[in-house]
Amino acid sequence: MSTYRFKLSGIVLMLIALVIAPGLTSADDALTVYSGRNESLVGPILEQFTEDTGVEIEVLYGGTSAVANQILTEGANSPADVFIAQDGGALGALAAAGLLAELPEETLARVADPAFVSPDGVWAGLSGRARVLVYNPELLAEMGLELPDSILDLTDETWSGLVGWAPTNASFVANVTAMRVLLGDCDTEDWLAGMLANGVQPYPKNTPIVQAVINGEVVVGLVNHYYLFRFLAEDPEITATLHFFPGGDVGSLINIAGAAILATSDQPDAAQQLVNYLLSDTAQDYFAQTTYEYPLVDSVEPSVDLPALGDIEAPEIDLSELDDLQATLEMIEESGALD
Amino acid sequence: MQLSNVIPPRFRPTGHQPSVLTRWHVGNRQIAQIVSLAVVAVVLLPVVYLVTGALSAGQEGINYVLRTRTLLIIANSVALMLASTFCATVIGVPFAWLTGRCDLPWRRIWLVLGLAAMVMPSYLTAVTYSEAFGPKGILQSLLEPFGVDRLPGIKGFVGATLTVTFVTFPYIVLPVRAAILRCDRSLEEAGQSLGLNRRQVFRQVILPQLRPAISAGMLMTALYSLSDFGAVAVMHFNAFTRAIFIQTESYRMDKASVLALLLIVMTLFLLILQARLHQPGRNYRIGTGAARHLETVSLGRWKYPSLFFCFIVIFIGVVIPVLILFKWLFGHTLTNPIQVSMSELMRNTAGVSAVSAIVVTIAAFPLALLAIRASTRFNRTLVNLAYTGNVLPGIVIALALVYFASRNALSLYQTLPLLIIAYAIRYLPYSIGATESAFSQINPRFEEAARSLGLSAWAALAKITLPLASGGILAGLALVFLNVMKELPMTLILRPIGFRTFAVRIWSAYDEAFLSSIALPGLALILVSVCALAIILRREKAVN
Repeated sequence: MSTYRFKLSGIVLMLIALVIAPGLTSADDALTVYSGRNESLVGPILEQFTEDTGVEIEVLYGGTSAVANQILTEGANSPADVFIAQDGGALGALAAAGLLAELPEETLARVADPAFVSPDGVWAGLSGRARVLVYNPELLAEMGLELPDSILDLTDETWSGLVGWAPTNASFVANVTAMRVLLGDCDTEDWLAGMLANGVQPYPKNTPIVQAVINGEVVVGLVNHYYLFRFLAEDPEITATLHFFPGGDVGSLINIAGAAILATSDQPDAAQQLVNYLLSDTAQDYFAQTTYEYPLVDSVEPSVDLPALGDIEAPEIDLSELDDLQATLEMIEESGALD
Repeated sequence: MQLSNVIPPRFRPTGHQPSVLTRWHVGNRQIAQIVSLAVVAVVLLPVVYLVTGALSAGQEGINYVLRTRTLLIIANSVALMLASTFCATVIGVPFAWLTGRCDLPWRRIWLVLGLAAMVMPSYLTAVTYSEAFGPKGILQSLLEPFGVDRLPGIKGFVGATLTVTFVTFPYIVLPVRAAILRCDRSLEEAGQSLGLNRRQVFRQVILPQLRPAISAGMLMTALYSLSDFGAVAVMHFNAFTRAIFIQTESYRMDKASVLALLLIVMTLFLLILQARLHQPGRNYRIGTGAARHLETVSLGRWKYPSLFFCFIVIFIGVVIPVLILFKWLFGHTLTNPIQVSMSELMRNTAGVSAVSAIVVTIAAFPLALLAIRASTRFNRTLVNLAYTGNVLPGIVIALALVYFASRNALSLYQTLPLLIIAYAIRYLPYSIGATESAFSQINPRFEEAARSLGLSAWAALAKITLPLASGGILAGLALVFLNVMKELPMTLILRPIGFRTFAVRIWSAYDEAFLSSIALPGLALILVSVCALAIILRREKAVN
């Protein structure tokens, strides 16, 4: 290797370094959002916010439980201004730790149903989602299976190896918390153990579960209601349908995705602006039309052919009761679901 | 670039020992020493934080280690290590023999394709394997006519072993093939003249000469399988790295630190075991004698089975992943609403890799210099400590640095410099090894001559030694570049908010099943990696 070539390579590398260096420094004055919701779901509306208001934001994406834990660990040092969660329980956990700022009355009043805002007024629901069982009707018929009446029936031998779940996903975690609240820790542990003994298939998130049901990898999967519609929007021919567990079964939990402002935020005004924006008709319309969730304000209607939020036979539970996140995470870990 | 360079000198199977070559002016040595001390201090930072973190767990930490679930993690990691090292050896040694010594048709092509498997990031291979061999994957559709409705799937031990085997077998092929080419023909002839048949010659003469290379390759594979995160995460196999990742994600630092320390102890144990088992080489010629061309072994009726073997290896290791990526690129998959331009990904990936490679090379320089030019006991210890990165899997460094930055260095938290420091700690050994071996090949008399003609020590270094060593240093740079580019766990955990690289993009797309978003970054990553590998291998050819 000649000296010339060596110098040349060095110069090229230095040039690359110089070109990217400016792009690497981040704007210090940007609003920092910690999002426990996937970028594919909230990324577009957050970009729209910047476009409409001129407020620059930078977003950290991660799992809701992980991000909540991160804020808890960072404590007063947290750079986060706004926390967006896909589960009321995670918001509740931060509220219980006293990390959230109170929201003004008019923000909270935008949400039509008071069940979907925090009792202490520190977080507001942005959209509603129901836990459902997504299934592949063709395979179901082929195998001569019948849809279960309860999420608890999935531990039955007939479902051996045919169920998919996402054990690290916050919506699933919240569902387990609801189970602990309604049925007690013992029965919840038994259910987790029963599912694992039944060869439940783990997936990283909800979308891969729906994909797996469509592909026939599993016959049914525990997911939030809206993921399927993204697939249907691109290909109406796919064979997968939703099943809502009847009779107030814990498997039909209705949860919210919500937002809160950190008490330690150094830009409370811009943070407030973002939360208000997410409850505006524009954003609520986005949640209804693009992500197929239930909008939570009166002025916007859900887009797809879904049972009305009030018609789902959901379990009677107060979302703020779901804040014992840590114990649920420990239980899921101890059950061996993550192994 | 010799692969053995990345193994610390203490444990190097070739018995390489840096020696005192040129007396250095005390002042110069002190500058190199001070810089080296600073570098080593940074390298040891993660270990300090892990020990603190683990100690803070106290009795709870001890209980945590002793529960069945933790013991299961150890068992899983050991099982994966043994199985993948065994499989990689079983594949790698014949592959090296066939492409090195036999009259196999197109053997250079097989070799190049085989080495290409080395640049495949494990997470990418794992993602494509879970599609290809899944319950309703390509393999199943091929078996459909035979009445196979559904395969059991490969998630878990099988999938993890399969993935690690096929990304690591080149680590066996490289050193073993080099050893095969170095074999002494006259030894074989001596064996034959003493009445051994071909099989006996192979077992009694050739194999003993290959043993150090095989064990070096196996060590590399074993280290890889312990430290790899991508394969076990995608395959849902609860080995150490995945367990640590889950604890880190939940910010349970005490538990994560306990697990990380256990993993470090296992890795150290492996290195020490290997050093113990290895006996210093006695497989060289003593007399003068001319080097003779190696006789090519005729395969005869084994020709087609051998071709089939190479084809299968390449097909699984390289063709399947690339095919699946193309299938996702052109097939119908869910559209990702978040579009990121390829140029942004390319700029970030190449940029951070280039900066890291330069930083690592510069940091390695004084250490390599000390090892070669001032090999005192103290300096050797310093250099060995700088090799700590070899026993620190990426996820462990990431964990320690998150812990460090979020508590004691908030201004570094979620910044690029912290990420680059992490890369530097991990890949410093690669660069020291490459730089050191490049220096060791230069006759110190050149430098002495320059000094006698009036150049200062630094000028002699810059004008004589550095240009001569530039090829080796550049190969080390390329090796670091290649590894940083496809690194996943550290990038995932330590990256600044909104900073996306190919690896990050692939990971998040996999997470949400946006298969089409995996395809393009995946193919680009493979392409750039192949280029970096070509630079490294050219250097190896030049050395040999």
